Amino acid sequence: MSSNKKTRMEALAERLRAGDSRALGRALTVVESGDDDALALTEALAGAFGEAHIVGFTGPPGAGKSTLLDALIHEWRKEGRPVAVLAVDPVSPVSGGAVLGDRTRMGAHSLDDGVFIRSVSARGHLGGLCEAAHDMADMMDAAGWPLILIETVGAGQSETEITQVADLSVVISAPGLGDELQAIKAGILEIGDLLVVNKVDRDDADETAKHLEAMLALRSGAKRDISVLRVSAATGRGVTELKDEIDQLLEATGATVGADRKRKREARKRRLAVLRFASRISAGISEEDFRAMRPEELDRAIERSLALLSTEVED
Amino acid sequence: MMAYPERVLVTKIGFDGHDRGSRVVAAYLRDAGMEVIYTPPWQEIETVVKLAMQEDVDVVGVSSLATDHLIMPDLIAALRDAEMRHVRLIVGGIIPQNEQPELMDAGVSAIFGPGATSEEIVETVRKLAVEARAARETAEVV
Repeated sequence: MSSNKKTRMEALAERLRAGDSRALGRALTVVESGDDDALALTEALAGAFGEAHIVGFTGPPGAGKSTLLDALIHEWRKEGRPVAVLAVDPVSPVSGGAVLGDRTRMGAHSLDDGVFIRSVSARGHLGGLCEAAHDMADMMDAAGWPLILIETVGAGQSETEITQVADLSVVISAPGLGDELQAIKAGILEIGDLLVVNKVDRDDADETAKHLEAMLALRSGAKRDISVLRVSAATGRGVTELKDEIDQLLEATGATVGADRKRKREARKRRLAVLRFASRISAGISEEDFRAMRPEELDRAIERSLALLSTEVED
Repeated sequence: MMAYPERVLVTKIGFDGHDRGSRVVAAYLRDAGMEVIYTPPWQEIETVVKLAMQEDVDVVGVSSLATDHLIMPDLIAALRDAEMRHVRLIVGGIIPQNEQPELMDAGVSAIFGPGATSEEIVETVRKLAVEARAARETAEVV
C-alpha cells in the first residue's frame, strides 16, 4: 500500500512540474491535508522550489485586501507575468466550515490562464495563515509560478506569521479603522516591508497616512525607512506605483531573499522531520502502547528521534 | 470521518441573477463543516471547470431558477473533457419534473427542488464527496 502511495505521489509531482494545473489543484489539497501523502509529495518535489517570489498581504478586515490584489494582478498581467494567489479566509469556530469568497473579487481573472487562484480556509489555525501555507506556496513554486501572492485572514493585529512565508510583506490599512493610537501599537504594522493606505478616494485617508508616517518617524532600528503608499483600488490611483515598488523591493532584496529563504527552508525541513517522526510514531506505536510507555522509555524514544532528526536535517 | 472537509463549489451559470438560494445553501454547507467556494451568478461553463480544477472541489452545486439547468449536460461534458470526471454535480432550484430525467441521464447526481431540507442537502453532499474522492483515487492509480 505504502509503495503504491509513493508512486502515486511521484506521478503527481511529475504532472505538477510539467505544468498541469489540475495536478497543482490536487497537490494543494494533498499538502493542505498534511497526511503521509503530503510528506511523500513534498519529498518528491524537494529541490524543485525556491525560484518564486512570494509576497504577503495582510491588514484588518475591510481594508480592501482582495480588491487591491485584484488591481495588482491586472498590473502584472499587463506585463504578461503569471500570478498565483493563495487567498486565506477565516474558518467557522463552530462548525469548522467556511465560505471562501475572496476570489469573488478577483473574478475578472477567472478565464485568464496566467492566473491561478486557490481559496484556503484557515482551518482553526491562528496567525492569519493556514498551517500548510508554506507547503502550498511551495507547490505553486514547484509548478513554475514565478510570483505568488498570499492574502492572509484579515483578522486583527497579531497576524504576523506571513513573514515566515513571504519574501516581502505588504501591510494594507484604510481610513476609518482606528485612531492615532492604533498606529503606534505593536503588531502587524511592524512587519510590513511596505505600508499601504487604501481607499485614498476618501477624505480622511490622508490623515491615516500621516499617522503611519509619524509612527515610522518614531521607530528606531530596522524598517524605519519604509514607504507609506497611498492607493485606491477602486479608482486605480497609485496601483501602478505600488506594483513598481513591490517589483523594485523584490529586485533589491534579491540576494538577501536567497539567504532568508534558505533559513526558512531549514526551519521547514526541521518541521518536516518532526512530522515524519510523528507519523512513524503513529504508524508504529498504538495509542494504547503509547499511553502505557514508562517515562524513561518515552525519554529514550524522544532521544532517538532527536538524533534521527539532526541527521535528516543535514541532508 | 473525512481526512479534510468536503470542498464544494456553489455557483450559478447563465443569465439569471437571483442568488438568494445559492447563498442559503452555501451557508447550510458551511454550518455542516464544509469548505464552500462561493461565486456570484452569471458564470460561464469554462470558468466553473477552471474553478473546480484550481480549488480541487469534490462537488459542484449549481442553482437554477430559470432555464439554466438545461446547460448541465454541457457542463458535465466540459468536466469530462478536463479529466474532472470524478467531480459530482448537483442542481438546486426550479427544475420542471419532465426535464429532470434528462439531467439525471446526463450525469447529474441529485436535484433539489423547493421544500428540500438542509439535512437532505447536507447528507447528499457528504455522500457524494466520499464518492468523488474514491473515484479520483481510482483514476489516479490507473
